[in-house]
Amino acid sequence: MSDMTDQERQLVEMLADMNEDEGVALAKRMLLEDGADPLRVLELCRNAMDIVGKRFAEGEYFLPELVLAGEMLEVIGAVAKPLIKQSSGGEPKRLARVLIGTVHGDLHDIGKNIVTFMLDINGFEVKDIGVDVPVATFIDEITDFKPQVVGLSGFLTLAFDSMKETIDAIAGAGLRGNMKIMIGGGQIDETVRSYTGADAFGTNAVDAVTLCKGWAGVAA
Amino acid sequence: MSAPATYTQTPEAKAAYDARWQRVMDCVALKQPDRMPTTMMATFWLARYGGISNKQLMYDYEATKAIAERAILEFEPDAPSPIILGVAMGPSLEAVGYKQVQWPGHGVRDDQPYQYLDREYMRADEYDEFLFDPTGFYLQKYLPRIGEAFEGIDEIAYLPGLQYFRLIGAVRTFSRPRVRKALEALMKAGEEVERWGRHHHDFTRRMAAHGFPMSYISTSISPYDLIADYFRGATGMMKDLFRNKDKLLLLLDKAATFLVRQALSGIKSSGHPVVFIPIHWAPDAFMSPKQFETFWWPSFRKMLLGLIEGGAIPMPLWEADCTKRLETIRDIPPGKCIYWFERTDMVRAFEVLGDVVALRGNLSPSLMTTGKPEEVDAAVRHLAENVFHKGGRLILDGAFGIPDETPVENVRAMFTAARKYAS
Repeated sequence: MSDMTDQERQLVEMLADMNEDEGVALAKRMLLEDGADPLRVLELCRNAMDIVGKRFAEGEYFLPELVLAGEMLEVIGAVAKPLIKQSSGGEPKRLARVLIGTVHGDLHDIGKNIVTFMLDINGFEVKDIGVDVPVATFIDEITDFKPQVVGLSGFLTLAFDSMKETIDAIAGAGLRGNMKIMIGGGQIDETVRSYTGADAFGTNAVDAVTLCKGWAGVAA
Repeated sequence: MSAPATYTQTPEAKAAYDARWQRVMDCVALKQPDRMPTTMMATFWLARYGGISNKQLMYDYEATKAIAERAILEFEPDAPSPIILGVAMGPSLEAVGYKQVQWPGHGVRDDQPYQYLDREYMRADEYDEFLFDPTGFYLQKYLPRIGEAFEGIDEIAYLPGLQYFRLIGAVRTFSRPRVRKALEALMKAGEEVERWGRHHHDFTRRMAAHGFPMSYISTSISPYDLIADYFRGATGMMKDLFRNKDKLLLLLDKAATFLVRQALSGIKSSGHPVVFIPIHWAPDAFMSPKQFETFWWPSFRKMLLGLIEGGAIPMPLWEADCTKRLETIRDIPPGKCIYWFERTDMVRAFEVLGDVVALRGNLSPSLMTTGKPEEVDAAVRHLAENVFHKGGRLILDGAFGIPDETPVENVRAMFTAARKYAS
C-alpha cells in the first residue's frame, strides 16, 4: 500500500475492516465529487478484498465478513462502472477460467456463491451456471467456456451420484483432458472424492482458492 | 382415516418398550445403560427400502406407515423417529400452499427429497415491526408470504387498540372476499393437517404396541436459525450481524422466550419430553468464535435452560463440524440434554462433554452411502470402543440419520455392529 495516497489507504482499510458506512461513503465521494479514476477505485477495492481473503484464510474472518465484503464491492462497483470511459484499460488479466455449478437434484447455493466470490476476488474468471444443473448443461458450458477448472457443488447426499454422473459424462465427452475437477459441499470428504473420480475436494472457499491457485501455477 | 385403531401392548412388548426407553433415559441421566442404544432417523431412505418413490412416501400415509413399520421391526432400533411427521406431509404442504419448500411434484422430481428455499422472507427494515408485535407481524406480513392459504388474512383489521363499537365495526373485515377465501382455505388445510396428525398418532401407538418408543415427537429451532433460515435468509442475516446488530440481538432474545413456550406446549400435548432441534448456523466455519458467543449461543442457551426448567430434554443436532464450539456449549446443567453431532469428531466431543450430555451420532454420510458393510462395522466398533466403553453415553445413529441413498446392507451392518460391540 506504499504507493497510495492517505485517502486511498483509508478506503482500503475501511473496506477491509468491514467499516461499511464510512468505506462506501468515501468511495462514492472519491468517485462522484473528487473525480477519482473509477478504475483506480476498483483497484483499491480489489486490494481491500485481498486483505479480506487473507483474513478469511487465516481464520480471522468468516462467512459474514465475506458476504458484507461482496455487498460493499457491489455497491461501489455499481457507482464506478458507469464512470469508466471506453478508452480506459480493460479488466486485469485473469489467472484461469473456472466453471462452477450445483449438480442436478440439488438446489443449494450458499456455499457455491461464496466460492464464486472468493475465486473472483482472487483473480479467476468464474462462470457460475446456477443450481440443479443437468449433466448436458455442464457439457455444453464446458465446450463453450473452455474452463481450466470445473467446480461441482452439492449439499445433499444425492449429490454424490450426481457428481459422479457429471464427471463420468465429462470424461465420456472427451473433455476431461488437462482440465481439473473439484467438488465441494457440506458432506464432501475424501471418500466422496474417490467415489466420484474428482481430482480434489474442499469443504470451504479457502480450499477452492488454494486448489485453483495450485492448478494455475501461482502461489496460494 | 376412520376411527382410531386399537392396539394392544402385550406384557412382553411393554417390557421391551420400557427397557428401550430406560436405555435412552440412562444416557440422558449420564448413567451406564445396559447396552448402547440405537436410533433410526430415516426419511427418504424409506422410499428406497420400500421400493416406492419419494413422492409416494410423502403422500401415501398407509404405504409410508407400512414401510416404516417394516424397517423398525427389521432393525429394532431402541428409539425410532416419528417418521410420519418427518416425511408424509405432502398433502398438508399442498393444502397450505407452502412456498418455502419445494417437494416432489412441486418444484422437484418425484424421486427427489424436499428442499428448503433460502430467501428473504422478512426485510431488514421490518425488525421494529416484528419486535413490537410478533403475532401482528405474522398475520399482517409473514404468513401471506410463506403460504398461499394465508393470502388475504392481512386484510383482517389490525387488532391492538380496537375497543367498544370500533371493535364491532372492525369485524366487517371478516366479510371481505380475500379474508373469506383465506379462512376457507385454512379450514380445509386444517382438516388435512389434522389427518396427517392422526396418521402420526396411529403410527406411534402401533409402534408402542410393538415395544418401540419414539426418540422424540416435538421439534424446535434455535433463535438464530429461526431468524436466519425462515425470515432474513442466509445472506440477509449475515449482513444484519453488522448492519442491524442491536435489533437482531433484541429479536433473538425475544425469540428464545416464544420458542420455549411453543416447545413446552409441544411436549405437553405429545407427552414426550425430548425436543429435537436441528441446528444449521452454529458450525465452526460459519462464524467467528466471537460472533458465535455474541449472536448464536446466548439466546440458545437461554432457550435450553427454559426447556430444561419446563421438564423438556433438548436434543440439538449440531450440524457440520462444531469442534471449536464444544467448550462454549458445555455451559449447561449436566444430565439434561442429548447433543447429536454430525461431523464433529465424537471422541473429541466425548472428551469435552462426556460429563455433561448424552451424545448421539455419527456415522458419516459418505461411509453409509458409498462404503462397504465391513467399513460400517469398523466405524461402529470405533465409536463403541472409544466412546461408549470409555463411559460416553452414546446413542448410535448416522450423522443426520440414515442418508437417503444408503444401501440396505449398510443399515443392517450398523445395527448388527451396535449389538456386537456394545451389548
